[in-house]
Amino acid sequence: MNDTRKVVIELDHVHKWFDDFHVLKDICLSVREGERIVVVGPSGSGKSTLVRCINHLEAHNQGRIVVNGIELTEDLKRIDEVRREVGMVFQQFNLFPHMTVLENCTLAPMWVRKMPQKEAEDLARSYLERVRIPEQADKFPGQMSGGQQQRVAIARALCMNPKIMLFDEPTSALDPEMIKEVLDVMVDLADGGMTMICISHEMGFARRVADRVIFMDEGEIIEIKKPDEFFENPENERTKLFLSQILED
Amino acid sequence: MSDHFVRTQSSPTLLPPSSRLGVLQWMRENLFSSWANGLFTVAGLYLLTLAFPPIFNWAFLSAVFTGQDGSVCRADGVGACWAFIDAKFNQFVYGRYPAGEQWRVDVTALLGIAGLAPLLVPNRLPKQWFVGFLLLVFPFLAFVLLYGGTAGLVVVETSDWGGLMVTLVVAVTGIAASLPLGVFLALGRRSKMPVIRILSIMFIELWRGVPLITVLFMASVMLPLFLPEGMSFDKLLRALIGVALFSSAYMAEVVRGGLASVPVGQYEAAKALGLTYPQMMSRIVLPQALTTVIPGIVNNFIGLFKDTTLVLVIGLFDLLGIVQSNFTDPAWISPQTSTTGYVFAAFVFWIFCFSMSRYSIYMERRLETDTQR
Ligand SMILES: Nc1ncnc2c1ncn2[C@@H]1O[C@H](COP(=O)(O)OP(=O)(O)OP(=O)(O)O)[C@@H](O)[C@H]1O
Ligand SMILES: [Mg+2]
Repeated sequence: MNDTRKVVIELDHVHKWFDDFHVLKDICLSVREGERIVVVGPSGSGKSTLVRCINHLEAHNQGRIVVNGIELTEDLKRIDEVRREVGMVFQQFNLFPHMTVLENCTLAPMWVRKMPQKEAEDLARSYLERVRIPEQADKFPGQMSGGQQQRVAIARALCMNPKIMLFDEPTSALDPEMIKEVLDVMVDLADGGMTMICISHEMGFARRVADRVIFMDEGEIIEIKKPDEFFENPENERTKLFLSQILED
Repeated sequence: MSDHFVRTQSSPTLLPPSSRLGVLQWMRENLFSSWANGLFTVAGLYLLTLAFPPIFNWAFLSAVFTGQDGSVCRADGVGACWAFIDAKFNQFVYGRYPAGEQWRVDVTALLGIAGLAPLLVPNRLPKQWFVGFLLLVFPFLAFVLLYGGTAGLVVVETSDWGGLMVTLVVAVTGIAASLPLGVFLALGRRSKMPVIRILSIMFIELWRGVPLITVLFMASVMLPLFLPEGMSFDKLLRALIGVALFSSAYMAEVVRGGLASVPVGQYEAAKALGLTYPQMMSRIVLPQALTTVIPGIVNNFIGLFKDTTLVLVIGLFDLLGIVQSNFTDPAWISPQTSTTGYVFAAFVFWIFCFSMSRYSIYMERRLETDTQR
């Protein structure tokens, strides 16, 4: 491999425990600028935990995590520096229900980046346009469909102009007819060159955008491959079992 | 079982059925919908007819509204002695505050209302200015106006304060201090830092475990024992501090309930956006937490408002205290004086507490329609 792109996420022999439970085991992974990674694996395999360690929503116990050249330690200042450059989209959207869509989007630019209100609103509107809901700016999250809410959540993260986007099963709380509208936005983002790590079991999406697919099981990374190889000839028995299960339905 | 029904033409869009009912129909649906309901309606009406005429008679028909002294109220069969209230009204409101200086109390009240009113109803005025005024400027203005000593105002000692004025000073101070203090204590109790958490828990549990009356006694009798000789603390000030700390412990527990109701996802989303802890708390968590516990907060306010009557035990005369102290005025002794006085005091307290209750309901509705469908 002679990829010259900068490494923006580096996990080096990372371990994590929840009490006695070894949830991440010796994870090594480096992600280059502009790479799109899709993470799959059975429930409870540690996918969410892995991704949440990258913006330190969970603290790892051993090993090194370097994001954007900043090593994650318990230093709150550095953690905030990392989080400013890493956007995250959650399964349950987690929009702020007491604020309008526009306020959801302008909050972080105004308070974290100290952007003037006018500028933040223009920025928010341009991203709402990009996720195709410019007309909903003054609604409250509770007044929107799940698909619309998730697109607002993506716009909200994008308003910080992050270098990296993390997605934790962004479509699995959605009704089937809304999944596509969210995936379309994500594909759009991927085509724009965003560095992305997505936990997703949408195989069509993985094939379409992923540079690499990571398969996790029981806290370990079992396989990392290009999507075509991953789906057509998986090597590991556990991968085969998993694929046969999810491709069944 | 049933036949299939497949519509061959599209169904027309209809207006919703009219929900207006005639009087008779309304009564049938609401008052006599069943045997039991009908029975309760009749029984309720019967009780009303028993209770209402005597009360009405006492309060209005045979009441005495004017008079120079209690002799008018001593006659047989006389109802409420409103003349007593009329004659003492000034004292009930201002206590022994000198008549020539009472305008200072009025100005303070007006300033307070002017600062508060714009915050209570939705409008476009800059809210932060009014909050700033109320929290930072008003307390000093109120102190200077009420106590005096500067700006050419003569000093009016707090021992001369009394009546509704003292009730409001204690209640407003308690309310204004307990909310922010309660928020900090609640945050402290959930803190990850053991020292802060343990101190908060100790503080809350200490004050919650002691009756207010004990707190006030300790503040007025025991505190001076610990202070150096010759140093004295104003009695009202001591009561204010006692009431504020006491009610903040209660408030902390209400706020803690609110904090627990905010889903973790909200914290995570705020953190993931890079918000600092104070930003996350003040912008995301507290607005939601406090909104959900508005009923509990207002409940505390109402309790606090009524608890102010306990300052009587340390020799401060709030509204109830001053009404009671006038029962022994020889000029006004009559069989009806005390009843009338208590009814009056109860009515004044009820007005304030009921207003707070209604306002809280209005706020809940407004916030609900603001954020949800
Ligand atoms: N805060 C926590 N405390 C204790 N155990 C936890 C905690 N969070 C997760 N776990 C456990 O860690 C394991 C991995 O959880 P994780 O959420 O990372 O799995 P996942 O691969 O994302 O699963 P899913 O597909 O269901 O989302 C699970 O067994 C889970 O029960
Ligand atoms: Mg998960």
